[in-house]
Amino acid sequence: MIDFQYARATDIADAVRRIAADPSAKFIAGGTNLIDLMKEDVERPTRLIDITRLPLRKVEETADGGLRIGALVPNSDLARHPLVESRYPLLASAILAGASQQLRNMASTGGNLVQRTRCPYFYDTATPCNKREPATGCSAIAGLNRMHAILGASEACIATHPSDMCVALAVLDAKVHVTGTAGGRTIAFADFHRLPGDTPQRDTNLRPDEIITALELPARGFAAHYTYLKVRDRLSYAFALVSVAAGLEVEDGTVKEARFALGGVAHRPWRDPSAEAVLRGQAASEAGFRRAAEVLLRDAKGYAHNAFKIDLARRTVVRALTQAARGEPQSQSGKKVV
Amino acid sequence: MAQASKSTQAAAERRGVPARVAIALTVNGVERRLEVAPWTTLLDALRDRLDLTGTKKGCDHGQCGACTVLLDGRRIYSCLTLAVMQDGAEVTTIEGLAANGALHPLQEAFIEHDAFQCGYCTPGQICSAVGMIAEGRARTADEIREAMSGNICRCGAYPNIVAAIQEVMERS
Repeated sequence: MIDFQYARATDIADAVRRIAADPSAKFIAGGTNLIDLMKEDVERPTRLIDITRLPLRKVEETADGGLRIGALVPNSDLARHPLVESRYPLLASAILAGASQQLRNMASTGGNLVQRTRCPYFYDTATPCNKREPATGCSAIAGLNRMHAILGASEACIATHPSDMCVALAVLDAKVHVTGTAGGRTIAFADFHRLPGDTPQRDTNLRPDEIITALELPARGFAAHYTYLKVRDRLSYAFALVSVAAGLEVEDGTVKEARFALGGVAHRPWRDPSAEAVLRGQAASEAGFRRAAEVLLRDAKGYAHNAFKIDLARRTVVRALTQAARGEPQSQSGKKVV
Repeated sequence: MAQASKSTQAAAERRGVPARVAIALTVNGVERRLEVAPWTTLLDALRDRLDLTGTKKGCDHGQCGACTVLLDGRRIYSCLTLAVMQDGAEVTTIEGLAANGALHPLQEAFIEHDAFQCGYCTPGQICSAVGMIAEGRARTADEIREAMSGNICRCGAYPNIVAAIQEVMERS
């Protein structure tokens, strides 16, 4: 691995001061993605600022009935937290659909948001990649692109965001609390991740001097009608080809509120209010779910090896909405899809 | 503070060479003090510095599970964390599972069920299973398979691995 300096942040202000003082420094928490990328020579920080001893490990109820989750809460603890299991089972399910228990024990809540794409060309330093080295070109567009984006991609980059947890957070309208040299601010989840455009080297709108301190979930948790349905090449411990997080509110067979987002298909979780509007006020029916899926996928574009994902995504949306409407969420241990 | 003396650190930084950092780990119940370079993974510290070679380096990228150890009682991949970050932690490796000359029940069960062929993944499998049983969530064979999916066995001994773990779960 590359060599680097190591420092331990003593408090949030110290962490911000240290990151602002050194543009080539990086924060380290769980390390599951960063250390891997450093071994591959993709990330080359000259200094690591260890934030793991900062007091950001609490899960607390907020005054308006929501939940505030410290940025260092491990993914596994979050998935098994009683308030998450009871009020936000969609979040728990999405977390448990990802990685392995060892990785979930290590990975932090904040780190999950800023993990990088698993595009093989991003990892392979022998090939051009605009995300790794701006203005060198995208090897995936004319390369092996089976896992790549079908929505929101650009001529510069067709990488996908790999997180499962973030797809659920998009549906739950989470907020991201960050602190930087200019003080604290709150970023709506929809504004946190970016589309690649012509600057694919930037995954998020987090500024270089900012640290994620917490996530906040509003009260609405869709605990009665939700699912996280992930389609992948093997049943466990694999990234999504397509995944769907869905949350519905259904009264007497009528959809009062509908939220759904796709994972594994774009540079960020893919949600579209106009697709959700198709369902609102309508009977929960397969025909309606199909119309909503058509709207969500209307701008989808396939490449040489991933065009199958367009149809797969449509069908996965319909299946997920059906599971959510029935109140029969996908099990993340018994993998049979019903 | 984990760092070696402040003057050592300052001198090293002036030379542009990161200082080695003094850390203490409690490994299999014994406190071990060592100085490590910041980029030493916990896996390399265990194997190369503490001569605990039971923990295996497979992929070294968090994809195979051979390096699984228990960190403060929870299973993790030791290849994806830095030793310096774990200063003060308790680590249990495969060498620490037997007690008073008797193998851990999972070690016995793996032998009994022939739950390996080449054996390279076995220390990771067993440490992972210890962690999984402590989590107390998995009950059925399907749930064990899912909970153990972070440990790959390229010999394909999975049916016997699941049987060994199930037997220990039923007994305990």
